[in-house]
Amino acid sequence: MKERILQLTGIQAFLAPWISVIKGEEVQKNVQALLKSYIYPLLSILLFIGIWHAGATYLFNKEATAKIEKARTERGEAGALEMQNCIISGDVSCQPNTLPSPAKVWDAYLSLLADHKIISAKKDAFELKVAKTNEKRIAKGQDPITYTGRPSFVDQIKTSLKTVFAGFLLAAFIAIPIGIIIGLSTTLRTSFNWLIQILKPVSPVVWLLLVFMIVKTVMSDSDMDKSFMISFISVGLCSMWATLVNTSMGVSTVDKDFVNVAKVLKLSIGQNIFKVVLPSSLPMIFTGLRITLSVAWMVLIAIELLAQSPGLGSFVWEEFQNGASDSNAKIIVAMFVIGMIGFMLDRIMMVVQKMMSFNK
Amino acid sequence: MSVIAKDILQPEIIEDTRPDMLVCKDIAKIYPTPKGDYTVLSDLQLTIKKGEFISIIGHSGCGKSTLLTMIAGLNDISKGAVYVDGNEVRGAGPDRAVVFQSPSLFPWMTALQNVMIGVKQVFPHATKKQKQDICKYYLDKVGLGNDFNKRASELSQGMQQRVGIARGFALKPKVLLLDEPFGMLDSLTRGELQDVLLEVWQKEQITAIMVTHDVDESIFLADRVIMMTSGPYAKIGDELRIPFERPRNRVDILEHPDYYQYRGYLMDFLNH
Repeated sequence: MKERILQLTGIQAFLAPWISVIKGEEVQKNVQALLKSYIYPLLSILLFIGIWHAGATYLFNKEATAKIEKARTERGEAGALEMQNCIISGDVSCQPNTLPSPAKVWDAYLSLLADHKIISAKKDAFELKVAKTNEKRIAKGQDPITYTGRPSFVDQIKTSLKTVFAGFLLAAFIAIPIGIIIGLSTTLRTSFNWLIQILKPVSPVVWLLLVFMIVKTVMSDSDMDKSFMISFISVGLCSMWATLVNTSMGVSTVDKDFVNVAKVLKLSIGQNIFKVVLPSSLPMIFTGLRITLSVAWMVLIAIELLAQSPGLGSFVWEEFQNGASDSNAKIIVAMFVIGMIGFMLDRIMMVVQKMMSFNK
Repeated sequence: MSVIAKDILQPEIIEDTRPDMLVCKDIAKIYPTPKGDYTVLSDLQLTIKKGEFISIIGHSGCGKSTLLTMIAGLNDISKGAVYVDGNEVRGAGPDRAVVFQSPSLFPWMTALQNVMIGVKQVFPHATKKQKQDICKYYLDKVGLGNDFNKRASELSQGMQQRVGIARGFALKPKVLLLDEPFGMLDSLTRGELQDVLLEVWQKEQITAIMVTHDVDESIFLADRVIMMTSGPYAKIGDELRIPFERPRNRVDILEHPDYYQYRGYLMDFLNH
């Protein structure tokens, strides 16, 4: 099992050349494999950082020159000199606001981590302090006091992941059963096709507004977390279409031979669905789920940004509104984190998808 | 020419006293097309005795597979009727088990489960042990004694078709229908599977109909070879009894002095 997972994730192929080189097997061939799978990608990363650095330096200089010129026209030569010195000194109050360099992004990343440590420490201290009170409150049937301070970057990531999984599960629970029902009947498929085709391309923003309209009314007298509800339902609705279409497609295109076997064996409708139709369409369903998860992660950021619900999206938006000297760098950090989490989610789904396909 | 040959080959036709198992009466297959009806088969008559092994040969597209799927109930009968053991056929059912050209096993199930799903349908009241024994018996007979729990997707084409044969026999059908079951296999595997099929059939004596376009296969396996004319309006053109003793052995049959006469007769029909 462990070996199989290594193989499916591609980790085995990734590590194999190292192991062979260390063992001394076919050194030359494996060194070439290493070059191909490590050195060249590493070079491409360096190239990317180099171009980024050059571009950021150019933009920085351009912005700095503009600032100095502006100071000169407003306050004369002395103002220009003062501005130049201020920029060189690295004072946060007068830094040019533009694309941050790789080094600044790295600093921002470290500061976000440090910030997380401070906030977690505060949170732990707070929980320790209110532990006794909370016990009493719970005994009395009251809600415990929870920490309501500013969330750290890591907390935002956790919230985003929670939202995306809730949305993904919602999408799966809606799309798979409907997909199966629609897939089984040509009549249903043709009658609902227009609806699916029209709703599928609707933008996440519009879904969010629609969900907002409904949730606002339905939950007007509930004290549940409305912004979380709105964002995860919107994510689910945006992302479920791939699974819906794939499931109905998988169910409706069951191999003709399987259908014939089922007929000869006179399987009942239930047996036919659970023993033949579902297993044979599982690979298609999981391909759909994989697309659904990646779409869910992609629209999540936009939805959080608009719904003002906590998470990476609102983190990005707040930093953008904030306009502090390292805000831009933090946005870039968030961008890479979003990208890497998306990549990881896709890898996980790929492994699950491969495990589900029977044509190994 | 061919009529003379037949007389030489079959001077006396012994009356078969076994009861009729399968009767096709005036059956026809007509596909409606925009340009009018297309008749694949018409006025086809066929009677098969209980325990007989029949093979049907003909050119590709002559409608021999259509005939078989109509008997199986997987294809609508446009005109006429098919009777199995006196009852008219309506839809498919396990009393007419089919071994398809592609093995058609469910790849997510093991070999045993693939046979079991059929056995459960046919023997719903048997105990679990009895059902297991039936599946294992037939899988063992087709040479899969050690691979009960292998997934169908892990088996080779030939192995999969062995499971297909085991599934067919395990259903204890009244008629076993074989639709070019070895058509997708290489010639070595095909020979092996012919032997396996014949061995199991010899024990079970199930009425069997096999569609093939392999002349040697049809002679080796069948008691009677039905020759179909080319479509449209295909019908039975001729038939040839193969009176070789059973159980048969490939080497004995190939060395039998009459073998090449039978073969020549069939080739002659197909080439005209």
